[in-house]
Amino acid sequence: MADVRFDPLPWLILLPLAWAGLSFLLGPGRGARLALAGLSVQLALALLLAAQLLSGGAQIHAVGGWGAPLGIDLLADGLAAVMLLFTQAVALPLAAYARVYFADDPHGRATHAYFWPLLGFLLAAMNALYLSADVFNLYVTLELIGLAAVGLVAAGGGGSQVAAALRYLLVSLVASGAYLLGVALLYGVYGTVSIATLTPLISAQAPLAVGLAAALMAVALMAKTALFPFHFWLPPAHGGAPVPVSALLSALVVKASFYLMLRLWLGLFAPLSVPLAWLPGLLGVAAIVWGSIQAIRARRLKMLVAWSTVAQMGYLFLIFPLLAPHGVALQAGVMQALSHGLAKAAMFTSVGVLLRATQRDSVDALAGAAARLPITLFAFALAGMTLMGLPPSGGFLAKWLLLEAGLRQGQWVWPVAGIIGGLLAAVYVFRVLRQALLLAPPSSQFHPVPRSLEWIAFGLAGASVLLGLRGVEIMALLAVGGRS
Amino acid sequence: MSPGLIYALAGALLFVLGATGVIVLANLLRKILAFNLLGSGAFLVLVGLAQRDGGTDPLPQAMVLTGIVVAVAATALALALLRRLHRLTGQTRLPDEKEHG
Amino acid sequence: MSAFARFATVLLAALFATTLVAAMFNLGAPTVDLPGAVAAQLTHSGVAHPVAAVLLNFRGYDTLLEVAVLLLALLGILGVSHDDGVTTPTPPGEPVLQALARMAVPFMILTAGYLLWVGAHRPGGAFQAGVVLAAAVVLLNLARVLPAWTRPGLLLRLGWVSGFLIFLAVAAALISQGHLLQYPPAWAGALILLIEVGLTISIGLIMSGLFLLLTERQTSP
Repeated sequence: MADVRFDPLPWLILLPLAWAGLSFLLGPGRGARLALAGLSVQLALALLLAAQLLSGGAQIHAVGGWGAPLGIDLLADGLAAVMLLFTQAVALPLAAYARVYFADDPHGRATHAYFWPLLGFLLAAMNALYLSADVFNLYVTLELIGLAAVGLVAAGGGGSQVAAALRYLLVSLVASGAYLLGVALLYGVYGTVSIATLTPLISAQAPLAVGLAAALMAVALMAKTALFPFHFWLPPAHGGAPVPVSALLSALVVKASFYLMLRLWLGLFAPLSVPLAWLPGLLGVAAIVWGSIQAIRARRLKMLVAWSTVAQMGYLFLIFPLLAPHGVALQAGVMQALSHGLAKAAMFTSVGVLLRATQRDSVDALAGAAARLPITLFAFALAGMTLMGLPPSGGFLAKWLLLEAGLRQGQWVWPVAGIIGGLLAAVYVFRVLRQALLLAPPSSQFHPVPRSLEWIAFGLAGASVLLGLRGVEIMALLAVGGRS
Repeated sequence: MSPGLIYALAGALLFVLGATGVIVLANLLRKILAFNLLGSGAFLVLVGLAQRDGGTDPLPQAMVLTGIVVAVAATALALALLRRLHRLTGQTRLPDEKEHG
Repeated sequence: MSAFARFATVLLAALFATTLVAAMFNLGAPTVDLPGAVAAQLTHSGVAHPVAAVLLNFRGYDTLLEVAVLLLALLGILGVSHDDGVTTPTPPGEPVLQALARMAVPFMILTAGYLLWVGAHRPGGAFQAGVVLAAAVVLLNLARVLPAWTRPGLLLRLGWVSGFLIFLAVAAALISQGHLLQYPPAWAGALILLIEVGLTISIGLIMSGLFLLLTERQTSP
């Protein structure tokens, strides 16, 4: 391997850790510009990594120079690179949004006192998770993500916000504990925690302990991704947190545990996973139905969007009965994750503008918003398009790929569930749009909101719709690299 | 029945006890204590199962050291949230999960 | 939680426990021999004790992330601990406790230093030393010698973050050696000691903060 080529892998983790630490040092409320600068460099590094992978194949970075199984390996293949690119690309506009949003809010100083260091650690943890190839190291990154997310949810909040954060924390900790028990069982049986070393050792005749480890880790990750019936923590946490935090959580954080579940299912536990593959699919269907119903019924706007996340996370699990490495179903899942991330970020950011303008968190109070905030409403509508799965959006491409995978394998029930989910999404999206398009009652007052917030929401929404047009490039990047 | 295996079995039981406790108990302080039990159980399994044949293995020992620090940090955060909740609402239980806006 | 749900949970838990226990018997020997690999590379690691070598060299990346976990908990606590002006009246002084604290703390600091130094050869190291330091600070607070912490100033924040930043700086600088955290064998011992000293102070302060930020402020005597 040529030594001259710059290796972005460690810097994607070190850089956010560095600006998180420095932001903390600068004091409460400081660190926004540092964060934006750092994120821009990280985005450039992620693009560089994608380019390197497309030309040179998957990359490994042996931390400490030791190499697995003695040391810890960082592995960048197509799936990791796609997730890294997605994470930095969504985090950067969200950080810009947060900066303006918090500056506009003099009352909530306590909420964003330590937002920037928390954001830095969250991003470092997610990047570390996407790159890690060591199951114990992944445990540490999972805990990092959990604590950072809880810190962001709780900061400066009142009673209900703190309760939501505490519930989230307890679920997260039990899930991590179960994951750690799985790691303990794997190490006990095989004597290593390196994924590359473990994968060839696990066969269909593996001892019961390995099957239990797989079950523990799968349940843990399903809980962290808020799959039905472990979804109960998400609506209060995402619906109660400040808007930039909700956007980060719904768009990015839940995707990390989903990625890990994919990684383990396809790579490490592949020989064991086939018999029970219908279970995540079934739970996904339940999530779609239950989440959509609750979103349709929700009175508060942020809760509507949060329940929508529960439903959309269900889509991601529809692919599990259809998976084969590098098959169409994997592409469908990744496309869905990316589109949903962009669309949900767009939705929460536009909701943030609407809430600032109307000063109330209620769907019914939106009357007249379409006339006063057309860009924001358009952004919400575009994001809704992606959630419903209308062409040419990324959501449509994801459903199309799911349909193709289902028909190829003769399991049509999963794509049908996806389509029904799209119809249900239309109901709650149109509910919001209809309310906003009503004429404003004479007594309504709209507070001014900085224009940049609206444009960021619009940009994210536009990206989610246009993502479908770039599907080919994304699939090409996804295909790089080995089976793990 | 080596000492390592006995620790591992004890750890397994502690883990299940702790997990059941977090789910079933209502008082938040007890949930947090149950979480600590769960964590200690997982650590015992990690160290005991790996050393069931009597040797000493530095890797799980190092991993458990890391795990203990993580558990301490998480417990501190949970307790801080509990204190804050109590100060704001006087409650030491989570509001009914079925409620939503 | 309904009685039925409670019963079902306990039943499932018992079932799971039985399966888990059954799975732990009759496992063959582990497939990979990592203790052997550790022992083989120990001389190149810069420390003499295998656990220290794993913690700070072979799996030093885990340790780096672990310090980040501690900082995160601190950040979370800072986010929810406003100084809302609530104080509790100071209880009457306890001279015995204060005398004990003042006598014990220098020994505790000495012990922390010893633990830090001996970590390279025997069980010990930065985390243990840091925790002993934190215990000393907590003791001083309980004896009402040290007040609770409210708004952290620059010096305190520097203390909290510096250990982590030193570790990060060393890790980044070592990328020039080829990989992240790749210690050159001749310098490994010295670099690890540098990192551990920084970590001891930071961990001591962070752990103290985990307690002192939560404890109630008292009106000054």
